[in-house]
Amino acid sequence: MIKNIYNLGDAALYCDFGETVNKQTNLKVINYFNDIREKNITGIKNIAPSYNKLIIYFDLEITNYKKIKDTVENLDISTLESAKTKIVKIPVCFDDEFALDLERVEKKVGLGKKEIVNQLISQKYFCYMTGFIAGMPFLGDIKEKIRLDRLETPRVKVPKGSVGITEQFCNIYTFESPGGWNIIGNSPKKVFTKDSTKLTLIDPGDEVEFFEISKKEYSKFNEQK
Amino acid sequence: MSKNSFKVLRPGINTTFQDLGRDNLYHVGLPFSGAIDKRNFLIANSLITNKEDDAVLEFAYQGPLLEFSGGQISIVITGNVNFKIIKKDSSEIKGECYRTYNLNNKDCLDIISTEKSVYGYLSVKGGFQINKFCNSYSTTVRAEVGPNDGKKIEIEQTIILNTTDSTIKKSLEYSNSKIEFIRVIKGTNFDYFSEDSIKDFTSKEFTVSKLTDRMGMRLSGPKIKNLKKTNIKSEGLGKGVIQVPADGDPIVMLSDHGTIGGYPKIAVVISADYDKLAQCPPGDKIKFKIVNLTEAENLYKIYTMETKNIINKIK
Repeated sequence: MIKNIYNLGDAALYCDFGETVNKQTNLKVINYFNDIREKNITGIKNIAPSYNKLIIYFDLEITNYKKIKDTVENLDISTLESAKTKIVKIPVCFDDEFALDLERVEKKVGLGKKEIVNQLISQKYFCYMTGFIAGMPFLGDIKEKIRLDRLETPRVKVPKGSVGITEQFCNIYTFESPGGWNIIGNSPKKVFTKDSTKLTLIDPGDEVEFFEISKKEYSKFNEQK
Repeated sequence: MSKNSFKVLRPGINTTFQDLGRDNLYHVGLPFSGAIDKRNFLIANSLITNKEDDAVLEFAYQGPLLEFSGGQISIVITGNVNFKIIKKDSSEIKGECYRTYNLNNKDCLDIISTEKSVYGYLSVKGGFQINKFCNSYSTTVRAEVGPNDGKKIEIEQTIILNTTDSTIKKSLEYSNSKIEFIRVIKGTNFDYFSEDSIKDFTSKEFTVSKLTDRMGMRLSGPKIKNLKKTNIKSEGLGKGVIQVPADGDPIVMLSDHGTIGGYPKIAVVISADYDKLAQCPPGDKIKFKIVNLTEAENLYKIYTMETKNIINKIK
């Protein structure tokens, strides 16, 4: 259930599902998100789900905070399992050319490259949310052995396709963008498409698996560049 | 008759197709985008008798220089904009905003600059031959989506116009006003900040920095001191949200903002004052004033009523 609802400005509802970030809390957020979308509630213009929050934007010309709050508070969200999730397999090349922060990661976590890569590709990840830049998935939780802080000074430009880790999460930079995650590889796979019927390859609630490809396979992939 | 078109002789600094924005895609990481100054966008389409949500060209600071080819078209420019029309015979007409003009074959439209403001709008009768992306003509350059392959207008490109025969003659007496305060509602992390900093935030001046674009506006002024924590768990953002990172300089999210952020939210600009804030160019001084939700809702009602009244005065 939603713990608290506040207003974020005059045109959005800020729904707080509790402080802890874990899969259960996030699944509740995703369930609310899916349910509100399916119900097509008049006046709701946009919904932003994240780890433990759901922000709902509405059209101030036809409704207001009080009305949308009443509607959301009275929703009957009965199921806890999200309905349509899938497994997505993402190829990643860990060649030195792409592993921009490998040295930093090796130093901070005290493991060699092979072990770091193995830790990353040896399990499935849960997609908590997508966003910041279009289609960027926030995936977790990575093994404790390879967790570290973000860069002290963020990069002005992280190359498109970069695969990064920080704290309990990993992600894929779907576009060139500023960013502070530790970059250890690059994927040639297009994660954000411009096909308006299916924009993102990975949606909140999905499971993601990485598999390693060589530089040669990367060059042949040719999808992204 | 050949197709009506513009050839781009100079693209300007940031010229993009925009409309009222794109709904329902926050969850994939796409913001609303759309015309930053909604009122001037609506006035432009009303003056030229287009549909309310037809696409316009939005420009910032320096606008484009466009050469028209074809029969005849009607255009209008809104905002505070210095522009001229260079006729085929090289004679020049100084342009006035909020007044329609006709362009004939080989006339040029030179949108020189916006004045004491950032954004201006060009609306053309009948609109542009462009495609919608997810039900909107808005461009989000950072995600490469929207008309024109999600790109800014580029030099030498051709912009095809929809053909119309009608010539429009309309005008409006209007000038953009400034307001003394930008009104805000307390943000969800308001209590993270020191009492002195809150006092500074609501009483001292902030200067719009040069690091300002359609994504966000950085401000400098008294440093806002965070007492609790300078990072929160990443969560959704929205237009007008004011985040304060560890360096203490506030950043206001504008229409192309990143959809997720992890800095505490001190306040949110009310919907009624968003246009006015976004139109402040680098160097402008602004002051914030806190209002409550009911006041903000009423101010928005007044804002939309004012917009309607302005549009009703079009002759």
